[in-house]
Amino acid sequence: MATSTKPAVESAGEAARPNRPASRIDWRKTAKLGFIGGLTTVFIVAIGMLEAFDRRILIAPILSLGYLAVGWVPFGSGYMASKQDVVEGAIDSQSAISKLLAGALTGGITALFLWLLAVAVDAWDMRGIFVKLSPGVVELLTFGRGLGSALAILVGGSLLLGALGGGASMLSERARRGLFGALSWVFVVAILQVVVNDLNGWFRTHLYDINGGLTVPGAMVVAGGAGFVAYRFAGAVGRTRARLHSGEATVPSRYRIVLGVVLVVLALALPAFLGTIVNELLANVGLFLLMGLGLNIVVGYAGLLDLGYVAFFAVGAYTTAVLTSPISPRFKPMLTVDFLAAGGWIVLGVVVVAAIVAGILVGTPVIRMRGDYLAIVTLGFGEIVRILFLSDWLSPTFGGAQGVRQIPAAKLDVLDVTITGINPKSIFYIVMVFVAIAIYVSWRLSKSRIGRAWAAMREDESVAAAMGIDTVRAKLLAFVAGAILASFGGMIFAIKVGSVFPNSFELLVSIIVLVVVIVGGMGNIPGVIVGALVLIGVLGGPTQPGVLAEFAEFKLLIYGAILVYMMLQRPEGLLPSVRRSRELHQEEFLQDAWIVSTQVADETAEATR
Amino acid sequence: MPLLEIDRLEKAFGGLKALGGVDFHIDGGEIVSVIGPNGAGKTTFFNAISGMLPSTGSSDHRPVPDAGSIHFVGEDITGLAPSEITHRGIARTFQNVRLFPNMTVLENVMVARHCRTKQGPLGAIFQTPAFRKEEREIEEKAKDVLSFFGTRLVGYRFDQPAFALSYANRRRLEIARALATDPTLLLLDEPTAGMNPRETSELTGLITKMRDDLGVTIVVIEHEMRVVRDVSDRVVVLDHGVKIAEGTYGEVSTNEQVIEAYLGRETEEG
Repeated sequence: MATSTKPAVESAGEAARPNRPASRIDWRKTAKLGFIGGLTTVFIVAIGMLEAFDRRILIAPILSLGYLAVGWVPFGSGYMASKQDVVEGAIDSQSAISKLLAGALTGGITALFLWLLAVAVDAWDMRGIFVKLSPGVVELLTFGRGLGSALAILVGGSLLLGALGGGASMLSERARRGLFGALSWVFVVAILQVVVNDLNGWFRTHLYDINGGLTVPGAMVVAGGAGFVAYRFAGAVGRTRARLHSGEATVPSRYRIVLGVVLVVLALALPAFLGTIVNELLANVGLFLLMGLGLNIVVGYAGLLDLGYVAFFAVGAYTTAVLTSPISPRFKPMLTVDFLAAGGWIVLGVVVVAAIVAGILVGTPVIRMRGDYLAIVTLGFGEIVRILFLSDWLSPTFGGAQGVRQIPAAKLDVLDVTITGINPKSIFYIVMVFVAIAIYVSWRLSKSRIGRAWAAMREDESVAAAMGIDTVRAKLLAFVAGAILASFGGMIFAIKVGSVFPNSFELLVSIIVLVVVIVGGMGNIPGVIVGALVLIGVLGGPTQPGVLAEFAEFKLLIYGAILVYMMLQRPEGLLPSVRRSRELHQEEFLQDAWIVSTQVADETAEATR
Repeated sequence: MPLLEIDRLEKAFGGLKALGGVDFHIDGGEIVSVIGPNGAGKTTFFNAISGMLPSTGSSDHRPVPDAGSIHFVGEDITGLAPSEITHRGIARTFQNVRLFPNMTVLENVMVARHCRTKQGPLGAIFQTPAFRKEEREIEEKAKDVLSFFGTRLVGYRFDQPAFALSYANRRRLEIARALATDPTLLLLDEPTAGMNPRETSELTGLITKMRDDLGVTIVVIEHEMRVVRDVSDRVVVLDHGVKIAEGTYGEVSTNEQVIEAYLGRETEEG
């Protein structure tokens, strides 16, 4: 009796209630995200990002990088506030209106923080503590219209942005990809203004504003195009990835060859069309890519976390410096790095030998360590090498703190074209040759007996040893291979800069190279390339500027933020190796594998029938 | 001369004597089962032979037995590195299957050819004919070994990651991996654990087949008495790190001490 009436009563009650509990706004979450968003924006403004980035116009005249640095927060928190992780089978409990409201509210709370900050800065001079909170910030925050109307503009704008964020969370997966694709491409095209302008003057007049930044119609064209492509092909990328992961499909080899040839031709032709700035930029990217590929062998393939990688970079740079510089203190053969004469090859040979010796010297004592211990010991060795180069003891050879200067430029005579000097174009060519070598070597090694030994060792060291792999030898080989590639990087660095000092080889270099490898995708060559392009190209290296010179001050902050985000959201990197993403997503993969294997079983059953 | 001769092998972990002077020998072509209750020291026994004893944190960080010697084909292999022992022809599997889970089935087996091949990094970089020939041979040999298990590990399975395999297939793959090192002596640690009766009887047949067709001498730790009965020429019983009985299955299964070790002593009065 009770069982039959009870459900009816309940559903009737639910229908009668105007505001079902399910469609209510989650106040707690909204308030929490609003507060977090508010604090984030205050932080961003207080460290001076708003003011520093305001000089860079993204879309003229409406959006600067500074406003973007603040404006993404209400949008993002609005999106997060109304986004709900819908578990399979469950129904999204929030209604559309409440989503928009939640988003708008979060944005509004964020804006209140900003307004209060503006009021506070206006009232008190806080520059004693927060150096960057100048009246200029108030000007920017209030849009130069006084505090009263600023409240309206800020809160109104943020409500709108938050609501838009809330709205974005309601889109279908596909539309969302389209939207984010459009937004990120506008951003990318806007910040790559220097590069694009260098390629062709046509863009300068048609896409970009004279004062910098995209024009509004230009931005719309880019957004439309990118959005359409992202929307149209949203599924294709995911499907291809899934197929690659299941180990079923690979890229057909003839496409690979065609792709390879196209890339090589492009790479050879590129520097000629590019201006000095972009060539310099890409030479830096290539330098770190070279080191990233080397570290990828050590960390990505063999699984040895080496935090002292900069040591080998230093060895390569100092060896080159001593061999070539006329004022190197004790020993001056004064060779020239010219690969059409003997000099270049002698330098190269000595650098390789020095790297092998350094790799074995550093490798041997640390090889018995595992995991974290290895990381700490290599960290120590990295510092030891730097301090050795700095020391008085070795200063007769390496010049101590003065370093070695006047390293002559490389000479490169190819066909009729003679390229001499520290011209970025010639450096870029040299870097490309070495990067190509590094890619080839990494690829061949990973697909060989030794590559399999590394993979096995990374998975389970004791079992690898029990299967007959001499782990000491395999680890040393990885160390030495990584050392050689890093020393090539060092050699190019010495030629490029023209002088080497101990403080060019700080721990930071190791860390940045490691971040390039991690963010790009450990154990995967295309991943490392993407990592180097994105991080070094846009943000810049430890001392080298990237596309966005404004980032210089905040480089490490952004590096850190990217690293944290990647670790949380995409630990396998932007372009992961199939094997590594399997490691990190075993469970999802197991489900897929189960489906595939049942499909295969069905197919074979059908075929045999 | 026996293939493997172990003389008064001892190993203690702190106060626990895992092996208290075990004598053991096996002749070429034999299948010997090692049985005993849980904690009898069977796996430590295997670890000692394969050079994989856990390091005890003492100053001597080379994990070696405390006393006793292990001779393989007449040579002393006590305290050698695991890779060296495998190189000399002893391969093993693990009680808790230890594959390289994210490598494919084929790669798992190809890795095991490492100690039987010799091409270095330079061969790989310059793709010398010798290197390519060796790579082809490695792959052929790996496929060959996998086909020992019929159709279970071939075809589309080659490219599946090892963790996606069923439990029984993982056990099979582990045996295939050990076989790929071309062992003279194979140590199987509970090969049928977790298998259903049909799979167990299939594997029982395979163990005998490995000896007969591939000429491998086999030591097997096993809990399943039917398997022990069917495969072993000789059974060795360990308890508390000491060998308490040895002989054919019939002899051992009626031995008073063995029954006592498994079932406990009957109390004197009621």
